[in-house]
Amino acid sequence: MMVQITSAQAAILAVNSIALGGLLFLLSAGFSLIFGLMRIPNLVHGSFFMLGGYFGVTFLDRGVNFWLAALLSAAAMAVIGGLIERFLLRRLEGQILPQVLLTLGLAFIIADICLMVWTGDPWQPSPPPELRGTAQAFGMFFPLYRLAILGVAVVIAIALWLMVDRTRLGAMIRAGVDDPVIARVMGIKVSQLFTLIFCLGAALAAFAGVMGAPYLSVYPGLDFEMLPLALIVVILGGTGSLLGALVGSFLIGFLYNFGQAMFPDLAYVILFLPMVLVLVLRPQGLFGRVEA
Amino acid sequence: MSGNRFRSVGVAIALVLLATLPLWVGNSYYINVASQILLFAVFALALNVLVGYAGLVSLGHAGLFAIAGYAAALMLQAGYGHLAADTAAVVITLAASAIFAVLALRSTGIGFLMITLALGQIIWGIAYRWASLTNGDNGINVATRPAPFGINLTGAPGFYFATLLVFLLALASMAVFVRSPFGASLRGTRDQPLRMNALGYNVWLIRFFAVLFSGFWTAVSGLLFIYYNQFISPQVAALTTSAEILLMVISGGTATLLGPVVGAAIVVVMKNVVSAYIERWNLVLGVIFVLIISFMPDGLVPGSVRLWRWGWQTVRARLDGWISSPVEEHGR
Repeated sequence: MMVQITSAQAAILAVNSIALGGLLFLLSAGFSLIFGLMRIPNLVHGSFFMLGGYFGVTFLDRGVNFWLAALLSAAAMAVIGGLIERFLLRRLEGQILPQVLLTLGLAFIIADICLMVWTGDPWQPSPPPELRGTAQAFGMFFPLYRLAILGVAVVIAIALWLMVDRTRLGAMIRAGVDDPVIARVMGIKVSQLFTLIFCLGAALAAFAGVMGAPYLSVYPGLDFEMLPLALIVVILGGTGSLLGALVGSFLIGFLYNFGQAMFPDLAYVILFLPMVLVLVLRPQGLFGRVEA
Repeated sequence: MSGNRFRSVGVAIALVLLATLPLWVGNSYYINVASQILLFAVFALALNVLVGYAGLVSLGHAGLFAIAGYAAALMLQAGYGHLAADTAAVVITLAASAIFAVLALRSTGIGFLMITLALGQIIWGIAYRWASLTNGDNGINVATRPAPFGINLTGAPGFYFATLLVFLLALASMAVFVRSPFGASLRGTRDQPLRMNALGYNVWLIRFFAVLFSGFWTAVSGLLFIYYNQFISPQVAALTTSAEILLMVISGGTATLLGPVVGAAIVVVMKNVVSAYIERWNLVLGVIFVLIISFMPDGLVPGSVRLWRWGWQTVRARLDGWISSPVEEHGR
């Protein structure tokens, strides 16, 4: 059952794992913050990733610059996310289960609309021209673009960390994650934070979708492939923890790529094993805190 | 008392209608739709045990449903008889339910939902990717339907009667379950887990048995499903299936006996009707989901009952008013 891999293959797999880990971080950072703050797993998050990817390829098709396309797609998704939070989720504030089911319903709607608009064929744009080559290291060639994904993810991770850890807004978010009731009593407008974080999460997911398009391509079903990955990352890392999302993302990136190469039949099981272990041994996640 | 008699008459009429359905429907297409409704109703009843009575929302039940289907299909393919394959399928599904329960019952609420969702996706991943076992996307054919006691189930009416029998058994077991001390204690763990614990009930164990009970009927409906379609593919294990069944439970009304049945009828009929005209079933599913959750969160059955009661009370108040108002006038 096990497939032997050479060290050269392992090196390529490692680069792919890092690239996927970077994408997963962009996806699950927002997912984790939304979960930490609003207490709901946002089941439409995978759809944000896919829809963002479709927006991106459409902009690219019109000849827009790659990075501008990614930013435009993120901005569009921030607006859509804001509308969803403001007009659908807000109506059900405090009712956690209906909120989750609502996001599930939205995920089906978005999936079908995407199929209608962008058809069932996969879209794979080429990476930006400056990143089309390969990098040479240790006598091997690595696709530059996949390394660039890592770079972008690291920059965004640092920016997010600075925002959450060093700014007044970040302090309000942390307060909301720790204890929303007391945060409200202290005069923090937690509902406004909900909208803000939901927009930010949607934008990050869409940005990741565009970044991932030249690597994974965009196709129907991508949404429900990415959603469980984000779910495992957050279960592994702990809700509301950026560090947890970072570590979890790269762990899953490696497991996914190496699992698929070495145990093609059981790749999916291997992916979920660490989740099961964490659930049994440390239910709050690796970097999560036990709720008071 | 009159309410009870009213109900008995209603049940009797419903039973007669159901039992004679193939006679007055005639067309085998519609008989098959009825079979679909009944088999999904069994599935929805099973899920309602958790969603309605235990307050545990599972998004992984399609996984259990598919385990039963795949286990039976694989054993039939390997040459085992129907009885052996079906028994093994139920046992395997119960074992899988136990594993689901041990992992997912580490938390309740959203945690339970997330873990069952992830477990369901594992099953889907195995069905889809482990092609050497499950034949991947091509699925597995089930060559024949069983013939219990020599009764032929190949035709639409025969299969309908078998499904009806299983459905009635499931419904009866639910009725018994709801009235039983077990059902009462399960509702207790839903509403007041801490008090139940303080009263000496083992909350975890009660929930565990609820998952097994639900898993059993899920397995049975999974078997009905593969015998109905004579085919199983990974699509069965997809999140869409879990969501569809959840929609049946929620739209009909959770924690009611007939809600999931009504929900199954609504969803199956709509799916057949919508699919006949447009390809956009998932879009319709999503829109109904969003509408029901936003506007009738307690489901169609309790919602309609509420509406009926309100209407009846309004009418009675009017009648009372007409009758008594002259007297009041006189009294003044």
